[in-house]
Amino acid sequence: MEIKLKNLTKVFQSKKEEETVAVDNLDIVIPSGQLTGLLGPSGCGKSTTLYMISGLLRPTQGEIYFGDENVTPVPPEERGIGLVFQNYALYPHMTVRQNIMFPLENVKMDKQESLEKAQEIADLVGIGHLMNRKPKQLSGGQQQRVAIARALVKSPRVLLLDEPLSNLDARLRLQTREEIKRIQRDTGITTIFVTHDQEEAMSISDEIVVLREGVTQQVGRPQEVYNNPGNLFVAKFLGTPPINIFDGEVKDGRLMIGDADIAKKDIDDREVTIGIRPEGFKMVERSKFKAEVDLVETIGRDTTLIIKHPNDETQTFRAIVDADYGVEPGDTVKFNVKPHKMHIFDKETGEVL
Amino acid sequence: MLEDQSNVKAWFYLLPALILLGIFIFFPIFNAFFLVFVDEYNYMQGTYEGFTLINNFRYVVTDHNFRVAMTNTMLLTFVSVPVSVIIALLISVWLNAIKRLQGFFQTIFFLPYVTNAIAIGMAFAFMFHVRFGLINWFLGIFGISPINWVNTGASWGTAIFALLVYVTWLGLAFKIMVFLSGLQGIDKQYYDAARVDSASRSRVFRRITVPLLSPMIMYITVTSFIGAFKAYTEVIGMFGERLGPPGNDRAVITVVALVYRSLDRSGVPGALSEAAAASLILFGVTLVFTMVNMQVSKKRVHY
Repeated sequence: MEIKLKNLTKVFQSKKEEETVAVDNLDIVIPSGQLTGLLGPSGCGKSTTLYMISGLLRPTQGEIYFGDENVTPVPPEERGIGLVFQNYALYPHMTVRQNIMFPLENVKMDKQESLEKAQEIADLVGIGHLMNRKPKQLSGGQQQRVAIARALVKSPRVLLLDEPLSNLDARLRLQTREEIKRIQRDTGITTIFVTHDQEEAMSISDEIVVLREGVTQQVGRPQEVYNNPGNLFVAKFLGTPPINIFDGEVKDGRLMIGDADIAKKDIDDREVTIGIRPEGFKMVERSKFKAEVDLVETIGRDTTLIIKHPNDETQTFRAIVDADYGVEPGDTVKFNVKPHKMHIFDKETGEVL
Repeated sequence: MLEDQSNVKAWFYLLPALILLGIFIFFPIFNAFFLVFVDEYNYMQGTYEGFTLINNFRYVVTDHNFRVAMTNTMLLTFVSVPVSVIIALLISVWLNAIKRLQGFFQTIFFLPYVTNAIAIGMAFAFMFHVRFGLINWFLGIFGISPINWVNTGASWGTAIFALLVYVTWLGLAFKIMVFLSGLQGIDKQYYDAARVDSASRSRVFRRITVPLLSPMIMYITVTSFIGAFKAYTEVIGMFGERLGPPGNDRAVITVVALVYRSLDRSGVPGALSEAAAASLILFGVTLVFTMVNMQVSKKRVHY
């Protein structure tokens, strides 16, 4: 089920008549049968968008299409969606089985059939042996699977997940995100999930939508967006450690940081912002792009150099290099920059050049 | 330090309360147990003629007045409590759902709680007045001729009905307040989840609201049962010291009213022992029902 959002806008009005635009003219297409991540910092309108797709929030303007059907006026109970809440919202007084069967009872499915269906879906998410427990007797990860099972059991057209991993500890998070990916693949259901964690979104999404202050920044496959950020915000938001930012300029077709000539750039002379991924540095014998190493962190196979920033000595930037180099703090290192790991942005607008 | 701390100070702080409780609660309870097992107790002189195990009880249970009082009390309890719990539940769910004027309605529904029960009783008695009452005027709209609810010559049936309406109404205020605060403590997400799961309103109420509110419902039910077993003020409020419509005195007497009335005959040897027996029977009944309630709650209440 392809989902189209057309000029979707949500304005919240406070009691003092102050207006907050949570989602601003969102115009995106979410592909059918794929896992799409809505990604952005808190307050970017991603959850609002999700709840508008679910129908629990009404858009101020714009339309939502499921396939060719305009579902904007359709109430949530008739949209055929499964929704997993951030804190799961499992009914505490019902057993796992009762929780999963609740949506089926509402559509008056035959008891025996719904029992079988519940068991089937519980087995799919790996909680088939916990059917008689109450939510309180389950771990966070198990509770979440129950919530997913409850959302999936009625075979919804769309599965929506609100920050599905935020309540889990680090280890469980890794495991669960793979699980979500697997369940999505097994069921082939169009799935949208919301997260502020770029790593999470990058790792499991087929497609990501980066949002900022209610405005779409970029849509695309995660690696594509990472490799070709459309603007400075996207470049900064994706990637750990984050991209390094340098002030630079284009002079006579050459890209310069200070007096170091970094690369060729065929545009008019102007000041620019340069973003270089930490993995985009290559240590070389001779280069004018050089700086003093402040700290060296070696974690496993990678060595991260924390280097004094050429624009400002009080700042640092990070370069990930092979552990083979015997670099010590205080050394001066010289770099070349890998062109495909470097992005050049307009200094004013932040748009990629 | 954790264990050896002297608790003299704690006892000292508790002392005033303990003394008062001792004089007005514990002593009367023990005294009641004493009174019920003595024969021909004379209140004025403090004398009695030997002990008896069942004489006082036997006298009470064969007494016509006690039987009337017990019937009335049971009727009041088992009708007014369930009815008012259900009505209060519906009103509070409705109140919780509205956004506008919620505070206004909350205040209106809560007003009876801060108003004197006797005053309300008098108002209700007037509402049920045969000639000037609101009820008969209302029934008149539908062509129903005036009913003598509570005035001279009114029957037990109409009198207890009027009393039931009043007691049920009186109990609403506190219940609504407790339910409303309980409802406001329920996470809204359960309702969103139920909505997405296509649950109808009545199913949401039965499968989600009621179970999640069950600790409150249990608390209200237990305390209301106990309160209703002790009904007295309400009867006085509506019917005054006659405890019934004029000409049908004591028709709607309750057990506690009967116990108090025994004081009128406190000069008669044995009267107080009968009162003690009546109150202990009521105590037993209350205890049994509270235990039944608790037992039911173990299965039905979800904490």
